Amino acid sequence: MTEVSASVVLDLYQRMLRIRRFEEAVGGLFKQGQLPGFVHLYVGEEAVGVGVCAALRADDYITSTHRGHGHVIAKGGDINRMMAELFGKASGYCKGKGGSMHIADFSIGMLGACGIVGGGIPVAVGAGLSAKYRGTDQVAVCFFGDGAANEGSFHESLNLAATLTLPVIFVCENNGYGEFTPARQAMNIENIADRAAAYGMFGVIVDGTDALAVYMVAVEAVERARAGGGPTLIEAKTHRKGGHAEGEDAFLAGQKYRLPEELAAMAAKDPLEIMHRYIVEHAIASSGQLEEMDNAVVRAVNSAIDFARNSPEPDYASLYEDTWV
Amino acid sequence: MAEYRYRDALRRALYEEMKADERVFIMGEDVGAYGGAYQVTVGLLAEFGEERVRDTPLSEAIIVGAALGAAMVGGRPVAEIMYVDFAALAMDQIVNQAAKIHYMFGGQFRVPMVLRTQQGTGRGAGAQHSQSLESWFVHVPGLKVIAPATPRDAYGLLRAAIHDDNPVIFLEHKGLYAVKGEVEDEPFVLPIGQAEVKRQGQDVTIITYSRMLGLALEVAEQLTSQGVSAEVVDLRTLKPLDYATLEESARKTRRVVVLHEAVKIGGLGAEISAELSQRLFGVLAAPIVRIGAEDVPLPANLELEKLVIPDAQRLTAAVEAVMRYQPMPTNGA
Ligand SMILES: Cc1ncc(C[n+]2csc(CCOP(=O)(O)OP(=O)(O)O)c2C)c(N)n1
Ligand SMILES: [Mg+2]
Repeated sequence: MTEVSASVVLDLYQRMLRIRRFEEAVGGLFKQGQLPGFVHLYVGEEAVGVGVCAALRADDYITSTHRGHGHVIAKGGDINRMMAELFGKASGYCKGKGGSMHIADFSIGMLGACGIVGGGIPVAVGAGLSAKYRGTDQVAVCFFGDGAANEGSFHESLNLAATLTLPVIFVCENNGYGEFTPARQAMNIENIADRAAAYGMFGVIVDGTDALAVYMVAVEAVERARAGGGPTLIEAKTHRKGGHAEGEDAFLAGQKYRLPEELAAMAAKDPLEIMHRYIVEHAIASSGQLEEMDNAVVRAVNSAIDFARNSPEPDYASLYEDTWV
Repeated sequence: MAEYRYRDALRRALYEEMKADERVFIMGEDVGAYGGAYQVTVGLLAEFGEERVRDTPLSEAIIVGAALGAAMVGGRPVAEIMYVDFAALAMDQIVNQAAKIHYMFGGQFRVPMVLRTQQGTGRGAGAQHSQSLESWFVHVPGLKVIAPATPRDAYGLLRAAIHDDNPVIFLEHKGLYAVKGEVEDEPFVLPIGQAEVKRQGQDVTIITYSRMLGLALEVAEQLTSQGVSAEVVDLRTLKPLDYATLEESARKTRRVVVLHEAVKIGGLGAEISAELSQRLFGVLAAPIVRIGAEDVPLPANLELEKLVIPDAQRLTAAVEAVMRYQPMPTNGA
């Protein structure tokens, strides 16, 4: 741990805070009926996206999932434009046409969230293929869930990336569930990282609630990819704190699909608390300073909401824009 | 008679078929413990057990492919694909395999498989969760395609689909699940391939299906104040199409509007309009008008989404246009 500088540690914490406060605000807005569509929050999983993206350069690529807000923020996305997109406003990242499941920001290498489970994985392989062809040392990362690891696209992607020694990092966010089906019921193995061996690539398991641990694993995978050493499959064991989608209680009708012991284990492993403890214990910053940081993040999120609310609706003529180039 | 929501009518059909025939089983994502993303299969796991109500991994290709394999050797699977958009991940198994098995292998196999899924707009769910893709399936020989609009049709046609020995694509609509309607207490099966006149009229025929039926009936009602008597025909089955019923209605009214939520270009409306125009050339008093979605992906913004799909104003304008239509004067007239 000592090799990670104080500024990196604080940066990790701040990015996680931005995600947490953003997502909490989004959850509240959804409850009030202010957001259309489906909303999947990243609360509890912040350390994965942040740990990985902190190991990337601005010109590296990422692809994401239906649970994508955290990835955009981790990569350095603008929360004003994100919030506006969630409101469906013209000032949003995708002019209000994408919504919660479809945020992209090409300027920071964020190639898009995706409403189709497993849909973003091959895209990262293509980005890695192109980087290699163009002779850059960029890497491409795809985030995806444990559920997605059962889709054909996952297997086809790993195979091609390994066969062509592509600079691609596969980051599986194993939160133990695909919607309401437990991962243990959907696959006959405990560790998704084991699948790396089947394709001839490196596979590694990391505690996805520990941003520093994720960061260090990611740094190694990125170095390997940049140096031409090929892809890595990182399995980050994590938890989603909330439901699969916001508002699910309404249709779950009282059904409980999560075990009490699991909820207790999760409560003890909050990635922000873990990081907070680390920072204070190592005297990198004081509790007071971290609180100030938190307050600033909350203010930024609030002003993102104001920005979104005060932004215009897309005008009707925009409907036909962007169907083709 | 009792009142059923669309989703409950579907569940009743599944329940009765599973009770009656133990070859019938269900598989799909979150269909068991949780009862399906739109709660159609709620309670069936408790009633029939895991062997017959299977939660699968997230793998659309294997859901359809395994259903197909099971159907070929004696099962009667009802597979669920949560959103029609995700059927794209299973298209090989649907199009290249299931649809062709019976014919390609010289009639040796039957494929008594139903693929239930749902489609359509209304939730601001964006480009990948809101499409209407019936034309994809209708275009493939060997498939049957059903798209019920009412609880009664949903019940009777789902039972028929399960009885059928061909692969049937059963397209529900996410905006219909809570809609209520009367269904007889006595079990019954409705025939596949029969359209139904849902409203009698004299002046114009509106041909539609699935959720757009509601819009057609509403507009037809409003049109009475303009002295227009509109007949509304609900296709119910999209393949095979019931041209006899369509032709009969069109012959009577001599004016036809075809309405669907799917993209207009390359849509079913084009097929119907071409066929009826050919059959009734010289009989029709006006060219057939089609109304469907704009040729754009579905935007997440709800106001934009509404602009994409047909609404009362557009349908009314289309009916008015066919009512007003004046043939061009012939040469020398
Ligand atoms: C191809 C496809 N199948 C099903 C769905 C419906 N769906 C959306 S998210 C989800 C669960 C995904 O699980 P996982 O990959 O583990 O990601 P998590 O939600 O846990 O982050 C499902 C089944 C979908 N969007 N796309
Ligand atoms: Mg998961």
